[in-house]
Amino acid sequence: MIKDQEYLKSKASYCLDLAKKLGATDASVTVGNSISESVNFRNKSLDESNRSDSLAISIETYIGNKKSSISSSNLLDKNLKILIEKCYETTKITPEDEFNSLPDKDILAKEIKNLNLYDNSHLDNDKKIDYLKELEQTASIDKKIINTESGFTENKSNFILANSDGFCNGYKSSSFSASCVAVAKDENSMERDYEFTSKCHLNDIIDPKNLGKIASEQTIKKLSPKKIESGKMSIIFDKRIAKGLLSSFASAISSSAIARGTSFLKDKIDHQIFSETINIIDKPDIVKGMGSQCFDSEGVKSDSLKLVDCGFLKDYLVDTYNGKKLNLKSNGRSGGSTNLYFENGNMNIEELLRIDNRSLYITETIGHGTNLVTGDYSVGATGFLVENGEFKYPVNEITIAGNFNEMFKNITLANDLEFRYSVNSPTIFIEGMTVAGK
Amino acid sequence: MSKFFDKSDLTRKDVENIVSETLNNCDDGELYLEEAKSESILLDDNKIKSSNYSSDIGFGFRAISDEVVAYSHSNEISKDSLKNSSANLKSTLKSSKGTYNHEIPKTNNKFYDDINPIEQKTLDEKLEVLNQVNNYLRKKDSNVKQVTASFSGEQKSIEIIRSSGEALTDVRPLIRFNVSVMLEKNGRKETGVYGIGGRQSYDAYLKNDNWKKVCEEALRIASVNLDSKPAPAGEMKVVLGPGWPAILIHEAIGHGLEGDFNRKKTSAFHDLMGQKVASEGVTIVDDGTIDKRRGSLTIDDEGTPTERTVLIENGILKNFMQDRLNARLMNAKSTGSGRRENYKHIVLPRMRNTMMLSGNHSQDEMIKSVDKGIFAVSFGGGQVDITSGKFVFNCTEAYEINNGKIGSPIKGATLIGDGPSILKEVSMVGNDMMMDPGIGTCGKAGQGVPVGVAQPSILIDKMTVGGTKL
Repeated sequence: MIKDQEYLKSKASYCLDLAKKLGATDASVTVGNSISESVNFRNKSLDESNRSDSLAISIETYIGNKKSSISSSNLLDKNLKILIEKCYETTKITPEDEFNSLPDKDILAKEIKNLNLYDNSHLDNDKKIDYLKELEQTASIDKKIINTESGFTENKSNFILANSDGFCNGYKSSSFSASCVAVAKDENSMERDYEFTSKCHLNDIIDPKNLGKIASEQTIKKLSPKKIESGKMSIIFDKRIAKGLLSSFASAISSSAIARGTSFLKDKIDHQIFSETINIIDKPDIVKGMGSQCFDSEGVKSDSLKLVDCGFLKDYLVDTYNGKKLNLKSNGRSGGSTNLYFENGNMNIEELLRIDNRSLYITETIGHGTNLVTGDYSVGATGFLVENGEFKYPVNEITIAGNFNEMFKNITLANDLEFRYSVNSPTIFIEGMTVAGK
Repeated sequence: MSKFFDKSDLTRKDVENIVSETLNNCDDGELYLEEAKSESILLDDNKIKSSNYSSDIGFGFRAISDEVVAYSHSNEISKDSLKNSSANLKSTLKSSKGTYNHEIPKTNNKFYDDINPIEQKTLDEKLEVLNQVNNYLRKKDSNVKQVTASFSGEQKSIEIIRSSGEALTDVRPLIRFNVSVMLEKNGRKETGVYGIGGRQSYDAYLKNDNWKKVCEEALRIASVNLDSKPAPAGEMKVVLGPGWPAILIHEAIGHGLEGDFNRKKTSAFHDLMGQKVASEGVTIVDDGTIDKRRGSLTIDDEGTPTERTVLIENGILKNFMQDRLNARLMNAKSTGSGRRENYKHIVLPRMRNTMMLSGNHSQDEMIKSVDKGIFAVSFGGGQVDITSGKFVFNCTEAYEINNGKIGSPIKGATLIGDGPSILKEVSMVGNDMMMDPGIGTCGKAGQGVPVGVAQPSILIDKMTVGGTKL
């Protein structure tokens, strides 16, 4: 069983009291417990089981504008005492920083909405095994599939965030996830692909047969890929990787990147960075949302934000420290975006595939070729050549490159948005990127 | 020795009994205990941004029967917690009928000292160095707009208790010192990053004002990039500099030679043992025994002493890297490559220090031989799809080569290639082998472990460069 709120609260108040008693002017504590149980299968038999029970506490102490922090997994009072004393001593000799402080009291979350993030269901390992058996059965029907690996993880967490201004809140959350990775082989190549599902509630995950079938089909489609010629091309990003472009956008508008001046989107508030058809929303209070939160990691209430309105950048993701530096109020985004998404575009996927008579549909990218200082983008990619709206053949060993400043302006969106992750995008079409191949 | 049980309701005998009884019908397994003390101190934007100290303790209990691994971990070292874990393992391996393999090699070697690097330098001294770095860089070049410098240090103590009650211990220090600088000139911004580290005290790396060299290198990379032009797109010849660019070897070859992927036949290399996978003259080893290097280990995380494993000898594939599980299932022996990020993770076969050994060409010779291509000196990171064999890595400092001469610097670009065939495209191996500066972390299955790489300069006849200039 995960530790209850009372236990976590008692640890948090023990730490706050002690820090105050030692002489800290302010303090904040996060204490959490997370238990996860997973089962992994390979080629239709049990491969691994894993049970994890993790406790974690992190404490920040302030003396005026001086701040330092400690973290530990050992919650025995005796150990906490030693660590808090050490933290306090370190704080004393840490230099002043005028921007260090707890969040303003008036923006702390007062009410905790019930977002239905916790499902008390428990699936025994035997039941997880049944799910995976059924999944791999469908995943391996086709003879071309030579290897399947799948896993089921159930996770339950609870936490309390407390600070010396009287904030003390937390809540339970859960997740149930299943995944399948398939390997297919033909005379020319061996390829791997995957499918997965992750939800707060057990009943919302994809059924095993479907999950296995999708993984298997996606893998077989990739067999016998070709390398194509280098050139300028229109690129279509499958939804599962399109969200990566949004994540890069979120990193570039984080108040820390803006305050440090290390983002290509610095000083771009009220500037047009996308075409006028584009809207980007960050909505923390989606019921059962994978990125939902009642308050941010500092306890600040977070409201929905329209980050991009008709192509214009309207807001950064602001926390307390960097907000003070930028003369902005925290908008409850310490820890980044919540449920971030592009609003749907106007055309369906078939129309999107036909915008250009020859384009490249990308299903996976590899590498870390995103430079948020300059906006330069260059990654390895695999996908399919699309001609006149039809998928022609799989493509690999190529790179796609461009610069976010131009790429963002050239985005056209399909109308197929789904909420599967914490960051979600419809299929994206971007014209005029560079493909490097043969 | 048994400091892990000092504050618990367990005696050593209790623990040994629970371990033996749990692993009774298993083929392998152990109780792994770990205590990690770590710190990170960060200077950013002219201020000490954070100083964090962390102490983490926990155990991971593993039981293996045939191919099945059962694992349970917790932060609570107590009788209840250990018994819970034991019950959890037994419920997974209900019908297990294994024979415990008691054999585990011994070693008297030690590749680092039992030090706690965090305590060997006071916080004041560390803050002083970080402030010096900031002042030095901002004074040195008026284009410097941002400086980030950090210390991270760790002491990890581990103990492995096996079914017979046999205990193996190791104390592992690790430090890293990093500097990142951003320049702005005529509206253009570029960054340069450099760092050093390994399994010694901070001062072993920072003495003689060595921190200045780290600053200068970061500044040099950023300055070069300020003048960079768009990188070319397409297939061309690539000369790689010595040292850190060996992450090409790590991504292209290393991961594909890890035992698990080959047992499962999901690696592009699984049926190539004994065959020619690289040009003649190419020899690649994975070595865990180099004194005080970031990727070195006295014993791996299963207790096996590390070794120097020859992976490719003169172009021929010789060995995979093995942990105990994959070695047993493949009729091989463990190469001391069983590693885990910490007690929360299962053991996987991993790299340590992966190195291509020197040949007899000079870098000059390579560059002169190239009509049109690129010269890549520094890299950000890489990734591989071990099944298709395709891998990428990102240049952070590179130049074009025209008619045998090094030309203008080019912007960062991703290079992509095919692991099983790339080493056949190596046409010259340099005589200038160099280790990396000690900053690498390898990610696999969500676990990061410290690793090293090394190589001489090499000439690759054909690789795809992912720039924007056609």
